Amino acid sequence: MNNNISCQELVELVTDYLEGALPPTVRARFETHLSECDGCTRYLEQMRLTMAAVGRLTEESLEPAARAELLQLFRTWNAGGR
Amino acid sequence: MTVTAAYANEAQLIDALRRRDETAFATLVDQYHVSLIRLAQIYVADRAAAEEVVQETWLGVLKGIDRFEGHSSLKTWLFRILINIAKTRGVRESRSVSFSELWDADAEVEPFEPAVEPDRFLPPDHPKWPGGWANAPRSWGDHPEQRLLTRETLAQIQAAIEALPPVQRQVIKLRDVEGWSAEEICNTLLISETNQRVLLHRARSKVRRALEHYLDANST
Repeated sequence: MNNNISCQELVELVTDYLEGALPPTVRARFETHLSECDGCTRYLEQMRLTMAAVGRLTEESLEPAARAELLQLFRTWNAGGR
Repeated sequence: MTVTAAYANEAQLIDALRRRDETAFATLVDQYHVSLIRLAQIYVADRAAAEEVVQETWLGVLKGIDRFEGHSSLKTWLFRILINIAKTRGVRESRSVSFSELWDADAEVEPFEPAVEPDRFLPPDHPKWPGGWANAPRSWGDHPEQRLLTRETLAQIQAAIEALPPVQRQVIKLRDVEGWSAEEICNTLLISETNQRVLLHRARSKVRRALEHYLDANST
């Protein structure tokens, strides 16, 4: 039986690997494959770059006017009892 | 800023909210309002509708805080209120697609979808490298971080996320945009850890693929 992970199999394990969800034996095989395979090393790096870039989509802050409006909502609610 | 920066712990913040303490409410608003707006936009048609949903959510929080029993974290409770309101609203807005069809995590987990196009690998009966790369990913350049953060590339990423099926879109946004933990996502969306990982994997794989297509087409 072949215990090695193919490239096609490795790309399906990337998220489990990054999440720390691989069983130790599979993790070891995953890392052995990476150490010998430029294509998969690049693939993993591109997944990491993708995640980091997705994290940069959050360039928005709370508008002072929206905040003031919500605090007004709070005061109105508070004045009206429950 | 975190809730615990202003209050010693979540229980104190909840107590303060129950005492109608405006600072406590402002603390919550500062921490979560922008995330709530972004999340609401997954479910409803436009920004204006999202803002209405979030306002309704805050009212729900105020009305419900006395009954909040602390079985979940305040954050989980808050986002569940949002999701319930937003889904109801989204259903009213949508014309052709039924609710269960749109928000079925299981349907997005089955059947299997490959992370990479199968024709980029050698066939399983290849004598030397079965399942090895036939067409490996190409380099994204010497400074990929800068390249990925241009306005054009970020717009491509945004478009790729918007094109995802709804639950995958939700998971990648919560995880990689909002920075939630896997556990928080499972608790809020009521999905299993395994499904969370599968959905995240599909979402990230598709966004990487979209980036690859874009960057390959725009190099040389």
